[in-house]
Parts: sequence; C-alpha cells; structure tokens
Amino acid sequence: MSGLKSNLSRFRGYFEQTAKLMVGVPDYDTYLEHMRTRHPDQPAMTYTEFLDNRLQARYGAGKAGCC
Amino acid sequence: MPRILNHAPWLVLAVLGAFALGTVALARGETINALWLVVAAVCTYLVSYRYYSLFIATRVMRLDPARPTPAVRHNDGLDYVPTNQYVLFGHHFAAIAGAGPLVGPVLAAQMGYLPGMLWILAGVVVAGAVQDFMILFVSMRRDGRSLGELIKAELGDIPGVIALFGTFMIMVIILAVLALVVVKALTNSPWGFFTVAATVPIALFMGVYMRFIRPGRIGEISIIGFFLLIAAILLGGQVAQSETWAPVFTLTGIQITWILIGYGFVASVLPVWLLLAPRDYLSTFLKVGTIVMLALCILLVAPPMKMPSVTRFIDGTGPVWSGSLFPFLFITIACGAVSGFHALISSGTTPKMVENELHTRFIGYGGMLTESFVAVMALVAASCIEPGIYFAMNSPPALLGTTAESAAQVINSWGFVITPEMITRTAQDVGEVSILSRAGGAPTLAVGMAQIFSELFGGKGMMAFWYHFAILFEALFILTAVDAGTRAGRFMLQDLLGVFFKPLQRTASWAGNLIATGLCVAAWGYILYQGVVDPLGGINTFWPLFGISNQMLAGIALILATVVLFRMKRERYAWVTMVPAAWLLICTLTAGVQKVFHSNPAIGFLAHAERFSTAANEGRLLAPATSMEQMRQVIFNDYLDAALASLFVLVVLAVLVFGVLSCLKALRSDRPTTREIPTGGATARAGD
Repeated sequence: MSGLKSNLSRFRGYFEQTAKLMVGVPDYDTYLEHMRTRHPDQPAMTYTEFLDNRLQARYGAGKAGCC
Repeated sequence: MPRILNHAPWLVLAVLGAFALGTVALARGETINALWLVVAAVCTYLVSYRYYSLFIATRVMRLDPARPTPAVRHNDGLDYVPTNQYVLFGHHFAAIAGAGPLVGPVLAAQMGYLPGMLWILAGVVVAGAVQDFMILFVSMRRDGRSLGELIKAELGDIPGVIALFGTFMIMVIILAVLALVVVKALTNSPWGFFTVAATVPIALFMGVYMRFIRPGRIGEISIIGFFLLIAAILLGGQVAQSETWAPVFTLTGIQITWILIGYGFVASVLPVWLLLAPRDYLSTFLKVGTIVMLALCILLVAPPMKMPSVTRFIDGTGPVWSGSLFPFLFITIACGAVSGFHALISSGTTPKMVENELHTRFIGYGGMLTESFVAVMALVAASCIEPGIYFAMNSPPALLGTTAESAAQVINSWGFVITPEMITRTAQDVGEVSILSRAGGAPTLAVGMAQIFSELFGGKGMMAFWYHFAILFEALFILTAVDAGTRAGRFMLQDLLGVFFKPLQRTASWAGNLIATGLCVAAWGYILYQGVVDPLGGINTFWPLFGISNQMLAGIALILATVVLFRMKRERYAWVTMVPAAWLLICTLTAGVQKVFHSNPAIGFLAHAERFSTAANEGRLLAPATSMEQMRQVIFNDYLDAALASLFVLVVLAVLVFGVLSCLKALRSDRPTTREIPTGGATARAGD
C-alpha cells in the first residue's frame, strides 16, 4: 500500500517538474541540493529570487551568471 | 533464433503500418476513417524510432553513456541541470510545438490529404527528426552552444554572420505570418476578438498575483487563469449577442493589425513578469493540454475523412496557395515534416539539461516524431470537415466574392458540392457572422476541432464554444510567440547593429532597447499590413515565403551537421544528413527562384509587379489598389518580396559553398578536426 502511495507521489513529482520546466522553471529542490553540496559557503537564492533569475534567463538578454 | 524473435513484434508493426498506409493511399472515391491515418503514422514512427534512430545513435554519432554531458560538467542547478529524460522531453516538446504543425497541414489539404500525409511521414523520419537529433547532439558535445555559434565554430566567421542575419529575417517573416493568422481569425469576429483581448487583463492579473499576492505559485495561478479563460469564452458569447457590445468588438483586419503592432511593441518592453511570463504559462499548458485532448478525441470519435485523398488542385491551380505540388507542398508543410526553427531550440536550453548522451535519441528524434503526430492530427481535423466548407473558409474573396451564394456557386464549379445554406449554417453553428475567406488555417482547424470535440462533449449546441476555445488556444500561443519573438528579435538586432554602432549593443540601455524594438516591430508589422490588405488574402503570398525561409534554415542546420560528420571523420555516414539537406535545398531553391521569376503573377513576384506596372502605365487601376499611389505601393512591395526571396536563396547558397569547402578540407585531413569538448576534461567555460 505504501509502495503504491510512494509511486503516486513520485509520479506527481515528475508531473510537476515537467509542467514547470515547460515554462522554463527547473526544479528548486535540485538547485538547493546543488548549492548545499557544491557551494556550502555561498547563500542559496530564495524561491522567489530563483524564479526571478529563471525569468530573466528565459526572456532576458544577458544570460544569468554561471557559478 | 532469439535475435530474430526480438524483431518479430516490430515486423508485425511494420506490416500493420504498411497495410494502413496502403489503405490510405489506395482509397479512391470511398471515404476512409481517420484512424487509418493514425495507425499508419504511429507504426511508421515506432519502427523508424526503433531502427533508424538507433542506427544514428550507435553508428553515426556513437553516443557514449559514460561521457559527461554539459549538464554534468557545468551543473549549476540553474541553466545546466541533469534532468530526467521524460521531464526534459516535455520541456523540449513544449518548446518546439507551435502554430507551424497546425497551420501547414491545413493549408496543404487543398491537394487532398494523401500528398500531405506522405510528406509528413517521409519528411519527419528522414529529415525533420534527424535534424533535431543531430543538432541536439552537436550542441550537446559543445557545451550547449547556439546554432549561430556552432556555425561560426565549424564553418567559419563569415558563414556565422550570414546565418545570424538569415535567422533574423526568418524570425521577422515568422512573426508577420503568425500575426496574420490571428488577424484572419479575429476579423469581424466580436466573440473571438473579445476572448483573445480578455487574455491581456487575465495575464496582467496573474502577473500581479504571482509577484505580490502568492509569489511563485505557478500551478495555482495557472489553474485560476484557465478558469478565467473559460469564463472569457462564455462571456464572449454574450458579447457577440449584445447589441451594444458586439459592434465595439467587431473590428476590421486593418484595425486589428494596428492593435497587434501596438501590443507587440508595448508587450516586449514591459517587465517580463507582468505580461509575458503569465501568458506563457497559460499558452504552454493550454497548448499541451489541447493537443493531448485532440489526440484522445480523434481516437474516440474516429471521424471519416470527407476531403478526397487527392484533389484536382495538385496541378497547382488551387485557391488556397498557388504553385504546383513540387516544390510548394514541401514548403507549405514545414513544421511537422521538418522545421529549421527546431534547430534553434535543439541548440538552446535542451542540450544544457541532458543527463546522459543516450537520452538525446528519445528527446531529439522522439520529440520531433511527436510533433509530426500533431501535424497528422491537424490534417485529420481539416479533412474531416466538408470539403466545400474547407474551400469556403480558405479561398480569397477575390475568387469567392463576399456572399454565401457567390461562394457556393464558385466552389460548386470546382466540383465540391456545397449550398449557400450549408455555409451560413456552419457560420451560425460556430457563432460567427461569416466564415468566408478566413484563410490562415487556424479557423479551419477550429471548425474541425469543434466538430470532433462536440461529438463527445455537448453536441451541436457546444460547437460555438469549442470553436472559440480552439481559436483562443491558437491565438494565445501565437501571441506569446509574437511577444517572445519580438524580444528575441530585438536582442538579435542589437547584436547585429552593434557590429556597426557599439552603443546599440547595450541591452540595458533604454534608447537602444526602444530603437531595436521599434525596428523589429516595424519590420514584421509592415509585412503583416501588406498581408492584410492583399486581395489574395496574404497567406497566399506569405506562407510560402515563411515555408521557404524555415526549410532553408533546416537546410543550413543539416549542412552544419554534415560538416561536423566530415570533421569527425565519419563521412561514410554523412548521407544521413546529406540526403535530407539535398532534398531541402532542391525544394527551397526551386521554390525561391519560382517565387521571384515564375511567369504566373499568382506565383512570381516580378511577374506580379510587371502586371501592375503595365496597368499603371496605361492609367488603369487593379484591385486592391484604389489610387495610383497604391498601385506604386503594390509594385514596391512586389520588388521587396522578390528581394527577400532572393536574399534567402543567396544566404543558403553561401552557406552551402562554405559547407562544401569545410567538408573538402576535413577530407584532406587524416585525423578528426571537429571542435568537441574533450571527453573527460572538466574545463568550466568562463561565463559567456
């Protein structure tokens, strides 16, 4: 029973990720995980800052800075 | 033995597909069911995916699952993120699916569904999917660089600049033609215009909500936005009925053109969070959702194909667009068979997110097969309405006149049975005053979709709702493309002009912004305006120009891919890209030269200019001109269009020459000369 439930929630996760990436927003948790493991010394962006950053990357002229 | 058994199910699929295709191709006179087309298409896709794309992946590209992709090497959680292949497929598909695969097949249906169907299937397997897959591969092996940068790196600086310039011109034509489709759909349609206009305040509301009320809730606001859209469609029905409001929203093509030009300018300088992003959410989700719904509905309804499989218009005398089957069918159906525009997407965000090289097969080749299926559905939707209605909607007023009676008479003379009552009844069913001469594909597709949807949901009474739902669905993502395209065009132009005048390059400067935006809007606005006043309906003139430029871009992309294969010293497999490149060049160069020099004024721009010049010299006026001033304008426009078509031809020929030279140089070298990022090197690129 719990297997089915975890499958469903995983499916929901993928669905949400796909829908968000369709409009140019990658997964925020993945970003946080990346910052935690690779750049523990740097502060991560908040979700709103993250969205804003992606918005500029999708429609803006200059690309967002690389880490 | 087990090896052969592995192939058995695929053999069954191949036989089934061949049988279905045979049924489609050999039907003469009797009506066949649309499901035959669906089965033929799906079997073709599955078999070509299983065998041909695997051949390309393992033999031609030699994809290496162990080789780190840009997403792995430059992982920053933002631009470069290793992404699940199904999630990335969704992103890639949403980016490549647009108006192209919906409009082209509808226009091509004037020759019957068979020629279009065969080109869509053959084109996607051999050309379209190969291009998307190859460019994705090439870009992925080079840190996700853009098409322009790739051409610069592999062919040289000069072809790089030429290609950048060509891409900008193509962008302008695409925007003008897409906007023209919207104008044709909304002219004198208070219901349609109200609904589409309502999307602007809805998007503004969504933008403010996302920014200040509940930041970042994309899913929540998209659902709210969706319900507001449905409310706008329902309210639009009331507006169309109202004696006070209907005239307010009943606008001529020229009025809508000016509104679109103003809108395009304002929308592309406003902050993106306010209008562009929320519109993008709505249009993307509505687009993907509607495509899925259409696929399910076609399967459930299984409509009969009423259009003949081949009509008399394969001789090139068709009213929807002029020119013979070769080369014009192959440029009319662009996206869906092969689309150069996809080369820009395949070298955009997608290659930066690929987790494993092997995934590019599913995302690149598979994504394009899916897009091709959208084109097949559009062909089905256009062919399941009465052929008489199809021609009433897509032929220009210069041929049909402006009343149902005159239209029915002309269409009957072409051999398609239709009565004036059928035309007016269809208009009433979909809640419009008139459906005559609504060229551009979108309204025809909307009638087809309304017919299919209403069979399942709501019956005849809901047809008007579904018609306007379909119009909204198309107009919404076309307008998003116009906003986003104007912004992208502006950056491209600033880049190009910056070569001559440095300060313009600063994208943060307001003056530079406004000048470049103004130029960009003026460029597509001018072409759009010409299309709207054209008595042949505009689409007739400009869709071929769009098709030529789009297919030429595909030709350029395939030349690039060929050069890369030569430089990898895999020239024995270069036929994979050379064959489609050669076919595209043959089609587009023939079409380009015919558009300029053909002696028939309906096809050749110079012949058309000649006809108007002769009349002007004799002091006669020809429609649509009502004064000598306008006669001169028509002549000027003809020369302008001829110049554009010639320019495209020259751009492609130049790239071809540079491509051949690069291939010869690569042949002389005894080792690979390609500029891939080395296998293991984790050399981070300086933020460029």
